[in-house]
Amino acid sequence: MPKLTIDELKKMRENSRKEIYLREGNFRGKVTVHMGTCGIAAGAREIMNSFLDEIERRKLTDIMFTTTGCAGLCSEEPMITVEMEGSAPVKYCKLTNEKVKKIFNEHIIEGNVVKEFALGIGSERVG
Amino acid sequence: MAEKKRIELMVCTGTGCYAGGAYQIIDGLNKELESFGLRDEVTVVATGCNGFCGQGPLMVVIPDNIFYGWIEIKDIHHLVEEHFLKGRPVKRLMFKPPEEKEPLPLLSDIPFFKKQLLVVLRNKGIIDPEKITDYIARDGYLAIERVLSSLSPKDVTDEILKSGLRGRGGAGFLTGKKWEVASQQVKTPKYLIANCDEGDPGAYMDRSVLESDPHSVIEGMCIAGYAIGSTNGFIYVRTEYPLAIKRMRIAIEQAEEYGLLGKNILGTGFDFEIEIREGSGAFVCGEETSLIHSIEGNIPKPRQRPPFPAQEGLWCCPTVINNVETLANVPVIITRGAEWFSSIGTETSKGTKIFSLVGKINNTGLIEVPMGLTLKEVVYEIGGGIPKGKKLKAVQTGGPSGGCIPASMLDSPIDYESLQKAGSMMGSGGMIVMDEDTCVVDVSKFFIQFTNDESCGKCVSCRDGSEAVLEVLTRISDGQGREGDIEFLTELGESIKDASMCGLGQTLPNPVLSTLRYFKEEYDAHIKEKRCPALVCRNLIQYYIDPNKCVGCLLCIKSCPTEAIKGESKYIHIIEQEKCHKCGQCLEVCPPKISAIIKITGNELNNLVQLTEIISCKEWKKDHEYS
Ligand SMILES: Cc1cc2nc3c(=O)[nH]c(=O)nc-3n(C[C@H](O)[C@H](O)[C@H](O)COP(=O)(O)O)c2cc1C
Ligand code: SF4
Ligand code: SF4
Ligand code: SF4
Ligand code: FES
Repeated sequence: MPKLTIDELKKMRENSRKEIYLREGNFRGKVTVHMGTCGIAAGAREIMNSFLDEIERRKLTDIMFTTTGCAGLCSEEPMITVEMEGSAPVKYCKLTNEKVKKIFNEHIIEGNVVKEFALGIGSERVG
Repeated sequence: MAEKKRIELMVCTGTGCYAGGAYQIIDGLNKELESFGLRDEVTVVATGCNGFCGQGPLMVVIPDNIFYGWIEIKDIHHLVEEHFLKGRPVKRLMFKPPEEKEPLPLLSDIPFFKKQLLVVLRNKGIIDPEKITDYIARDGYLAIERVLSSLSPKDVTDEILKSGLRGRGGAGFLTGKKWEVASQQVKTPKYLIANCDEGDPGAYMDRSVLESDPHSVIEGMCIAGYAIGSTNGFIYVRTEYPLAIKRMRIAIEQAEEYGLLGKNILGTGFDFEIEIREGSGAFVCGEETSLIHSIEGNIPKPRQRPPFPAQEGLWCCPTVINNVETLANVPVIITRGAEWFSSIGTETSKGTKIFSLVGKINNTGLIEVPMGLTLKEVVYEIGGGIPKGKKLKAVQTGGPSGGCIPASMLDSPIDYESLQKAGSMMGSGGMIVMDEDTCVVDVSKFFIQFTNDESCGKCVSCRDGSEAVLEVLTRISDGQGREGDIEFLTELGESIKDASMCGLGQTLPNPVLSTLRYFKEEYDAHIKEKRCPALVCRNLIQYYIDPNKCVGCLLCIKSCPTEAIKGESKYIHIIEQEKCHKCGQCLEVCPPKISAIIKITGNELNNLVQLTEIISCKEWKKDHEYS
C-alpha cells in the first residue's frame, strides 16, 4: 500500500463509501419482498434476486431492499411492496422477472406507479 | 449470477460482548450462512461497543436496523434460516421492555437509544474498528486533510477554542486554551499525550472509544500535534485493556501504511508519530503529572503544579495531555465546524458527554448525551427506570472524586457547573444509579476505601486524612458512631481538600461531603439510633423469622453456615441472634411465596415476637388464629 496523497485519500473515501452504504441508511425508497412460506414457494427468492440484480446493475445506493413475512394474500404471491419517499406504499403481486424490470424502471427510477400490476395503493405500512 | 450483498450483521465485539462470546457468535453465524449458501448476500461485521451492553451479546441487522440481543449459540441456526434465508425477522430475540408484551424490532424505537446524540461515538456499531477504510468512508481523516491543506496551527487552535470544547478527563479545562499555552512555548520538542488510563471503578467510556473507533483518536491526536507543533504523540492505556490496545495497535499500523501517520503525512510535509504506552493501572497514574512520570520511567507520583505540563511536561518539554474522549471530539469539530459543535449543549458546557450507566437501573450500558440533558431523562428515559419497582435514591457521578446527587435534584441538567454546584462533578463519566436499598454510609466507605488504597502517600492530608475518614465511617457503619462524628468528618474533609497536592486528595472527600449534605439524617440514624435505614450495614441489622409466615420447611437451616437457626420440619424456625453472622443466605433460600425472613434494624426486634423455643406451626396457628 503506497502512502496516500490528499487526492488519493479523497478517491479512497468515495470508494469506501460504496462499501458501507447499507449502514448509512440514506434511502429514498424501500422495496420489501414478502417471504411467507407461500411466498418462498411461489418464487419470492427469484424475485428478490432479480431486484438485487437491478440494484447492482444500476449501482444504486439509495434503495433499501428488505424482506418480511407473509402478507396474508397467498394467492397473489410472489408479492412486493414499494415505498418511495413521500408517497404511499404500493403492493405488486404475482410477479415475474419481466414485471420486476418494468416496476424498477417505471416506479423506482421514474416515480410512476405501474398501475396494471398494483394490488393496492396506500395499504398498511411495512415495518 | 454474482450475489449482491444485501444484509450486514453488525455484531458487537466490545469488551462486554466479547466476554459474552461475541466471536463464537460470529463463527456460528458464518458457519450457518455458509451452509445456507448466504455468505455473499449476508456479511458479518465485528464492531466496537454498541452501548446497550446489558443486552449483549447483540447485533444490529442492516439495512433494516433490527436489534437482536442476548443471542445464544443455539439461536443462530434458527435466526439464519428464518430471517436471512426466509426473510422473517425473529421476534424472540428482539428487545422487549420490561412489562411490555410486544418487542421493539428497530434499534431506533428502543428508548435507550432515543435521547442519545452521537458525536464522539458517531461510528460506533457502524464501522469495523480494525478496518481503516470503514473509518475513511465515514468522513474519516477528512479533518486532517483539511487541516493540512488549508489551516494554520493557529486557525486550528482558534477553531477548537471557539467550539467551547472542554476536557472530558475530569477538570473540564478549555482544550483550545491548553493548546494555545503549549503552542506559545518556545522550547522544543513538544509532546502530545492521550490519556486512556481510566481508573474510575466502573467507568469504561475511554476504553470503548478506543475499541470502537481508534482512528478518531489517532486523527484527533494528529490535529492536536499539528496545532501545538508536536511530532510525537503517546497514548497511555492501562494494561488491563488488552482489546483496546490491540485495536489501537492495528489502527496505528494501518494509518502508517496509508501515510496518515509518520513522516510527511498526505505528502504535506507534516510528521507525526504515535507510540502506545501501557500503564500499571494505579488510579493516580491517570493524574497528568504522575502519568508523565510514568512515561519517563519514573515512579508515577504527582508533582506540584505550576509549572503545568503545557509549559513543562514530558522530559521537561511543553506537553499537552488530553483525555481520549476530548481528542475524539476534535475531528468532528473540524469537519462540521465550531459553530455546529457549540450549538449543542449549554451555555458553558458544549457538545456531548459519554457516560457509563450502571447500578440499579433497567438499561445499563454506554450512553452519549448532549450536555444539558437532565439526570431524570437519563435515568427514566434512556435508563428505563429502576428495576423491581424500587425507588430511586441518588445518582453518583464523577466516581471517587464525585458525589451523590439525591433523587430530589433529578431535574439538574448535566453540565460541568451544575454538577459541581450539586457537590459532585462531571469526572470522566461514571454514572451509578442507587436505589432505596443503598446505604450512603456504605457507599462513602466504599469510595474512601478506594482512594485510601490509591493515595500515593506523598501528602499527609491525603494519606492519613483518608485513613482517618475511613476509620470514622467504619465506626459509624459498625454501630460505634459518636456524637461529633459528623462535624469531624466535615472539618476533616474540608482540610483534606485544601491541603492535598493533586486532584486525588483534593476531591476524595466529595463522596462523604455530598452525602452528608443530602442524607445527614441517614448518618444520624446510624450514629444516634444505631439504625441503618437501607438495611445494609451488617452490624446494625438482624435477620428475623416471622412466626406467622414460616412453614417449617428446613431450607434456611440447611443453608445457614453458622448453625444459627433452630427448627424442625413443620416447626417455626428461630434465628439465634448471637450465632448469626448476617450472611443473608437464609433470606435467599426462603421460598419467595412465603418470605418469612426479613431484615430489621435498630431496636425493631424489641417490638416483634421473639420465640425462645421452637413450636409446631399447627400449634402456633391455633394459638394465633383469632388474635
Ligand atoms: C487521581 C486522578 C486520576 C485521573 N485519571 C484520569 C484518567 O483516567 N483519564 C483522564 O483523561 N484524566 C484523568 N485525570 C485528569 C488528568 O490529570 C488530566 O486533567 C486530563 O487527562 C486532561 O485531559 P482533558 O483536559 O482532555 O480532560 C485524573 C486526575 C486525577 C487527579
Ligand atoms: S493528594 Fe494524594 S495522591 Fe495526590 S500527591 Fe498527594 S498523596 Fe499523592
Ligand atoms: S444470616 Fe446467615 S448466619 Fe444468619 S441465620 Fe441467616 S444463614 Fe445463618
Ligand atoms: S426457609 Fe422460610 S419458611 Fe422455610 S423454615 Fe426457613 S423461615 Fe421457615
Ligand atoms: S460491549 Fe457489546 S454493547 Fe457494549
